[in-house]
Amino acid sequence: MASSTRSLGRIIAAILLSFLVTAAVLLLADAPPLRTLGILLQGGLGAPAKIGQTFAVWVPLLLGSSGLLLTFAAGLWNIGIEGQIILGAVFATGFLRPFPEGGGVVLVAGALAAGILGGALWAVTAGGLRTWGRVHEIFGGLGLNFVALGLTLWLIFGPWRRPGVASMSGTEPLHPSLWLRELAGLSLSPMSLTVGLLAFGAAVLLLRRTRWGLTLRAVGQNPEAALLFGLRPNRRILEAMAVCGGLAGLAGALQVVGVYHRLLPAISSNYGYTALLVTMLASCRARFIPPICLFFALLNVGSIQLPLQLQLDSSLSGVIQGALVLAVFLVQGLEERFLFPGRGR
Amino acid sequence: MEFLALTLAGIVSTGAPLVLATLGETLTERAGVINLSLDGSILLAAMAAVAVGLLSGNPWLGLGASGLVGILIAGLVAVLGPVLGRSQVAVGFILTLFCRDLAYFLGHPFARKLGPELPVWSLPGISALPFLGVVFGRHSPVVYLSLLLIPVLWWWVFLTQPGLELRAVGEKPQAAFARGISVHYLRILYTLVGGALVGLAGGTFSLAIKPGWGRPQGAEGAGWIALALVIFGGWHPVRAALGAYLFAALQVLGIMLQESFPGLPAPLFQVSPFPVMILTLLVVNMGRTGWIQDLAYRYPGLRRWVSRWQASAPAALGRNFQPEKEG
Repeated sequence: MASSTRSLGRIIAAILLSFLVTAAVLLLADAPPLRTLGILLQGGLGAPAKIGQTFAVWVPLLLGSSGLLLTFAAGLWNIGIEGQIILGAVFATGFLRPFPEGGGVVLVAGALAAGILGGALWAVTAGGLRTWGRVHEIFGGLGLNFVALGLTLWLIFGPWRRPGVASMSGTEPLHPSLWLRELAGLSLSPMSLTVGLLAFGAAVLLLRRTRWGLTLRAVGQNPEAALLFGLRPNRRILEAMAVCGGLAGLAGALQVVGVYHRLLPAISSNYGYTALLVTMLASCRARFIPPICLFFALLNVGSIQLPLQLQLDSSLSGVIQGALVLAVFLVQGLEERFLFPGRGR
Repeated sequence: MEFLALTLAGIVSTGAPLVLATLGETLTERAGVINLSLDGSILLAAMAAVAVGLLSGNPWLGLGASGLVGILIAGLVAVLGPVLGRSQVAVGFILTLFCRDLAYFLGHPFARKLGPELPVWSLPGISALPFLGVVFGRHSPVVYLSLLLIPVLWWWVFLTQPGLELRAVGEKPQAAFARGISVHYLRILYTLVGGALVGLAGGTFSLAIKPGWGRPQGAEGAGWIALALVIFGGWHPVRAALGAYLFAALQVLGIMLQESFPGLPAPLFQVSPFPVMILTLLVVNMGRTGWIQDLAYRYPGLRRWVSRWQASAPAALGRNFQPEKEG
């Protein structure tokens, strides 16, 4: 009871604090705070189509955060998740390129599988750099993110360019028979929604209900002890990376077949970095992940309206998300240091 | 000859912001604190420099603003990390994203405007010299600052009493604490000083090297390179700065190649430093892996080569120190 009151108080304090920060930023930018936030929320909730878009963004965030639950459990900073999403999209596009005439469900399923493979390969590369080369996964992953971006650009402007018009607008669109079907009037595919929910459930089950999940957590909490107990930490690290990368790659493949229907330079839309913020804000507690993903998706979709209606940059959503996570960290820290010293770490 | 001198001059100036950021982060990490926010800090500081410079009409005020922004962000890192005991890596990463988005949001009205620029100084005695004059003679004052700081920081860290205390705090905070050194105070101080240099790196980008603001500004990714260079430099100011110039040389080379291959998209050249970054980290870190050490044990000739590249981090890097909780 006491702890749930405390965590409620913590959440309210953090929300208030991040609201104040956001209001200050808006005043600094000479924008009306309440009206801007109103437009932001309306942009993500105001109409059925907008709600559909919000859920369409929810799926990749949920997939990424589900994977990150596993890598964080293993004590890894999988910042390379952004590049893993990109590689998933690249592999899915590459798989579908030989079929300009279109095809059926089998091809789409193949593209998703290719995406999983691409993301997993990229993640295992970062994991291998860590286990065999002692390059911290933050730097390995981050470097690979930029490499993935470079690869995408090279493909879009080089071998995969549209005949005649190589541009930032991406590759030739897929044949419509390869697009995921959307709910009438909404730009949301029930298929990707299902995939997202299943993946989240599977990740939580893996972590909580399997022996593998237990060893993963042991490796994350005490690698030396895990080594002595024969849990083979390096193997577990690579496995955790592979699963997370696979989920990220799946998100990337879904962006291709379900949202953009082609490969774009900005195909990953920062969803990997946003998923990292989500998982940190949830303090790696699985039950908080779906609602936080939904809120962050809402901010992302709503912020598209800012340049249109107020001539503001759409990066405000990232400002609010970051402020929220920082505020939670600050409140937690203050609480441990001054209100309840001796508890926690 | 003239071409070589001009190329070297280009390396000295494009390397300046990297040198400043790398030196700042080296100081901070020597004290045992990781400020991972560099990439965002540099962008926000660069934006602040342009904004203040445009509004006041004075680039020097812009430069001051960039340093101040760096100090403020470092202050957040210090409060949340060492003071409140949150994970320094987590805090730094969140700040990276937060500051980048904040820079794009607040910088929107200043984008693609003719920005203020710092003047170019020509050094009286040196600029007349035949070769060195071309390389070092005419630069922005911030470039001279970056050159000056390399020996100064080396002297400070390795040859002075406060430098010894700085290293002690990063290596063994318990021992330093027992000797009566204020671990908290020094860590916060060097986090702020390092942050100021990182901020100035941002100002150097937007007021001298890539003048102006935009989305993207062009400094994206530089913070991560600087963080990697600190490791490459083995937390040694001179070696870190040399690494920064090496990367600047690669960048200058990239620009030249770009002119020879106009068909390739420009962003491709912007990402090219990152594979190099991974490779350099691999070279300096691989020596500590089990399988390389086995090889080195078997082949003594390899041992010297391996140990030369090895660099170990300050022992207490990234770990928050709370004296009341140490046993």
